[in-house]
Amino acid sequence: MSRQPVPRWIDIGLLPLVNLLAAFAVAAIIIAVIGENPLQAMGVMIKGAFVYKGALGYTLYYTTNFIFTGLAVAVAFHARLFNIGGEGQAMMGGLGAGLTVLACDQILPAGLAVMLGIFAAALFGAFWGFVPGWLQARRGSHIVITTIMFNFIAASVMVWLLAGMLMAPNQMSPETRSFAEHVSLPKIHELAAGFGFEMVRTPLNLSFVIALAACIGVWVLIWRTRLGYIIRATGHSERAAVYAGHNPAHIIMIAMAISGALAGLMALNEILGVQERVILNFTAGYGFTGIAVALMGRNHPIGIVFASLLFGALYQGGAELDFEFQTITREMVLMIQGLIILFSGALAYLFKPAVERVWFRLKQ
Amino acid sequence: MADIWLQFLLTVDATLRVATPLILCAMAGLFSEKSGIIDISLEGKMLMAAFAAGGIAAVSGSAWLGLAAAVLASVLFSLIHGLACITHKGNQVISGLAINILASGLTVTLGIAAFAKGGQTPLLAKSERFSAITLPFADVATVIPLFGPFYKEVISGHNLLVWLALFTVWLSWFVIFRTRFGLRLRAVGEKPEAVDTAGVSVDGLRYRAVIIAGIFCGIAGAYLSVAHGAGFVREMTAGKGYIALAALIFGNWRPVPALMACLMFGFLDALAARLQGVELPYLGQTPTDLILVLPYVLTVVLLAGFIGRATPPAAIGTPYIKER
Amino acid sequence: MSKKHSISAGGADTAAPAIKLTAIDKSFGTVHANQNVDLHVASGTVHGVIGENGAGKSTLVSILYGFYSADSGQIDIFGQPADIRSTADAIAAGIGMVHQHFMLVPNFTVLENIIIGHEGSGSLLDGIKAAEDKLRTIADHYGLQVDLHARVGDLPVGLQQRVEILKALYRGARILILDEPTGVLTPQEAEQLFSILDSLRVQGVTVLLITHKLREIMAVTDTVSVMRAGQMVAHLKTADTNPADLAQLMIGRPVLLSVGYTKAQTGDVVLSADRLCLHGNTAEYALRDISFDLYRREIFGIAGVSGNGQSELLDILAGIRELSAGRLKIGMTEITPQAPLSPSQIKALGVAHIPEDRHAAGLVLPFSAGESAILGYEKDIAAACRGWFLQPRTIRAHCAGLMQAFDVRPADPDLRTSLFSGGNQQKLVVAREMSSAPDILLVGQPTRGVDIGAIEFIHNQLLRLRDAGSAIILVSVELDEILNLSDRIMVVNAGRNMGIIDRSAADAQKIGLMMAGVPVDELPAACGDRP
Repeated sequence: MSRQPVPRWIDIGLLPLVNLLAAFAVAAIIIAVIGENPLQAMGVMIKGAFVYKGALGYTLYYTTNFIFTGLAVAVAFHARLFNIGGEGQAMMGGLGAGLTVLACDQILPAGLAVMLGIFAAALFGAFWGFVPGWLQARRGSHIVITTIMFNFIAASVMVWLLAGMLMAPNQMSPETRSFAEHVSLPKIHELAAGFGFEMVRTPLNLSFVIALAACIGVWVLIWRTRLGYIIRATGHSERAAVYAGHNPAHIIMIAMAISGALAGLMALNEILGVQERVILNFTAGYGFTGIAVALMGRNHPIGIVFASLLFGALYQGGAELDFEFQTITREMVLMIQGLIILFSGALAYLFKPAVERVWFRLKQ
Repeated sequence: MADIWLQFLLTVDATLRVATPLILCAMAGLFSEKSGIIDISLEGKMLMAAFAAGGIAAVSGSAWLGLAAAVLASVLFSLIHGLACITHKGNQVISGLAINILASGLTVTLGIAAFAKGGQTPLLAKSERFSAITLPFADVATVIPLFGPFYKEVISGHNLLVWLALFTVWLSWFVIFRTRFGLRLRAVGEKPEAVDTAGVSVDGLRYRAVIIAGIFCGIAGAYLSVAHGAGFVREMTAGKGYIALAALIFGNWRPVPALMACLMFGFLDALAARLQGVELPYLGQTPTDLILVLPYVLTVVLLAGFIGRATPPAAIGTPYIKER
Repeated sequence: MSKKHSISAGGADTAAPAIKLTAIDKSFGTVHANQNVDLHVASGTVHGVIGENGAGKSTLVSILYGFYSADSGQIDIFGQPADIRSTADAIAAGIGMVHQHFMLVPNFTVLENIIIGHEGSGSLLDGIKAAEDKLRTIADHYGLQVDLHARVGDLPVGLQQRVEILKALYRGARILILDEPTGVLTPQEAEQLFSILDSLRVQGVTVLLITHKLREIMAVTDTVSVMRAGQMVAHLKTADTNPADLAQLMIGRPVLLSVGYTKAQTGDVVLSADRLCLHGNTAEYALRDISFDLYRREIFGIAGVSGNGQSELLDILAGIRELSAGRLKIGMTEITPQAPLSPSQIKALGVAHIPEDRHAAGLVLPFSAGESAILGYEKDIAAACRGWFLQPRTIRAHCAGLMQAFDVRPADPDLRTSLFSGGNQQKLVVAREMSSAPDILLVGQPTRGVDIGAIEFIHNQLLRLRDAGSAIILVSVELDEILNLSDRIMVVNAGRNMGIIDRSAADAQKIGLMMAGVPVDELPAACGDRP
């Protein structure tokens, strides 16, 4: 409020970029401190993410996960709800998809079984988001704490089931039996082959397309439907929503269910697309990364696609670090992720005064 | 009879060991949250501290230097949290989350760079750790029925940091309810304007609170790697920071009830460890996973108001910005 | 402390004034909140600073109390230049402040609240004990009795304010600033406050009273300064002035005493309230046995000190809260605790609502004006939504139409709602609610924080709507607004109906007594006669 506002492109374009650069700068310093060359590391990551044969496929495969979990965080955030339970909701989504497919893959046609699996992933995820939403709306329990607790509860349920009644016979690792053959989402390289294109085998599968469709769906939902209008109104001012005749408790529960469903859909990529069975820890922290993605993408689907691509590249490029360096590994990416959340989330306005000063000086 | 008593005592003893980092972290969270700053970064600070302690103890051969390094590392992360939440009025949950993720990545990255053991620090010798303190007459006392074993198993044989953790509970109570700083701390978490208009710096108080939180988390981390364990292992905090947060909520943001919650959660953990693989009548294999999840479930049930009510400090989570 | 009593508005007296501000200047961005402000307050007097909302009074006292620092200018306290950079500096200089919103920790005791920041060294318990003795002395000295061990949250508002005064005195204040102190008080509590201020003056404390209420200035101050648009426009002795002159100084032009009110022929009953009750949070009842009928083509004013149940009544009528007992009839539809209606159902009965708090309820500030202009009417406005989907073009066109009809500036439906001025925001709300041609319009504080030009416009629109056949319920804390617009006036006190009087029989004195809790049939006989 100190002066007239700066142009929008500074707020939604330049500042996030400056924050991102700050995160990378700190990461570079740490790499230098441990005795490696940050530029070289970056080169390896870029090559690993985009240049090598099949690299892009892997990058987009990771991107798919982040689009789903990022959208999940964003939808909840439009209702001013901080859903950090994406991890648990994704696990439940995987469980739902897995249970459904395991139940019917022997009797139903593959396509139908997969469709049911998709539906179940959304449904289970929605339920795991709805319950904290219900607790917030009806019992006043703080959603941040309940979603944290629900992540742990989901993880325990998974261990209990996968090491117990769902564990495949004659096997030592906690996972279910594999789905019947062809009961999975088709890989992109398979589809391309069907059209006569030759593509490298990668885990990239149809769920990437579904993720992009979900982006459009979320955009329409938030900015072009009455429900989205009400969700945003509730997020900005609960009293305005009540005044306008809406029940914020309902909106909170609906928003959390949609959020949970989107997080649950992440299982499409991992369970129905790649693993073709339910395994432990398939979420691998992607649910938390979704928070970074939503923050960087400013809760807008377009921003989320770009942020997901960045994180996809970091994850895929980070895996390459393991091969090229003695001392830096993919955990480096986790560190960078933490720094990005710090700079583009908690310290989002750190550079704002400086950037504004520069802008006004240039304008004069 | 004596055997059951001994089994019970061993479980209680294990409870204390498991609960120690929970108690320290809960007290850390208590200071931070009483001042109005949400602290979900207990986990990350403790992990960072555990790494610093393990690493420095291994390099220097001194558990005490390890402890000092742990406190230093943890306080450094507290200051990052303070910078984001207090100075720059950032979102406290996001900041905490960032610290947790950062700690996860940083400990492994630094660990591999320094020790090349896949993220672990070297195994510590007995002299490089805080070892158990056997109290006088512990062995002789066993001749006394009931109390003797209790003295030997539960009272004696703990390392210094266990006692320190219990002491911090009293200390926290004293500081918060019996000192000037404590009065201001409680006020700043309830109504920061009241403190500001009294001519006391809100930011100053909150910084002091998060620094204290850093110190306690530091001790907790050191306990994990140089007292309870013998070196740092990646992700060795394994959600203990979150359990401590749950215990703090369970204790309704008060020191002694929070201690009780920590002991209860610790007991569940110890019990699960003891019952691992044990066949129970009617139930079959003990569902230890389900015992371990109880702290989280109970906290949700409490938060939902089905058993009592948890009332957080009124101003928690809102950055203090003077109105224009 | 200066023992000399000097009532001097110009500061010509030789005794050092308690407060002397010279050429204080303060800007917030483009807003010049204080321009070259001078102020002299003689020691041991009650000095008023009066001005409209937004005139710069709050900024001025915030500078004096160290909340903000002035861009330029000088502060002298008791003749000494004071470099006040923080609240602590102000307290050290002997300044205490009672804020409009109390700075008290609700779950602390009175004693704990008072000693924050001045606990003494050593043990907290010793400090509390020492403070208790000192406080008893102060309380006896100034006649400020309050239970030191009570929880502040349990005390009534008037006593909480007393705690604030005690707190300032305990910290050694010789100058006491009160910022809009009566906004939350009942008339009786306000009277008690004034007598406390009197006794403080007798004890040599200097009081600076910030208010926008003329009555208070006349009742309690020795001298008064008038602020308008960031500037001091007059310094006067209270005895030498009168409310009309002060009002003119405050707003810079003669007050519009009446808009173009003409009587209209009222129609049939459109809303009927029968012994409405609402359970309160603290008091047993927030509303108790409220009954009235509302006729077509009338403006039914509801007067009362804010916080006496009128907000709750509006909420009930709008369906935002459910009543605890009683019966409400809108048109043919009955609403009871057993059969409540939601806000949208009530809206469907032809009820529109201009809410009291347009920032939190009436508008969504980050929305575009177009989006704000359909709030609550997403389904109703033709083609704003087709099925589940919004129609941005229709929404924009609808908003542009409203903006033209109600002269909202700038007339840009895509501009963020928060970027409009208060008056234009309110016009947008009024336009939205009136455009549905409601049978019943509920109006809460229609002109709060609205500039004079917009006030006139809104008042005329309300009368126009009434003449077109609507019934209007008008809730306002501005007595003049009620008296100027209403056909009948109901007065509420502590959630009860003090009576309904006709416009022709109403005057400020009568309504004032009823607001203070005197039922209409117990009014003194003299009141019945119009002067």
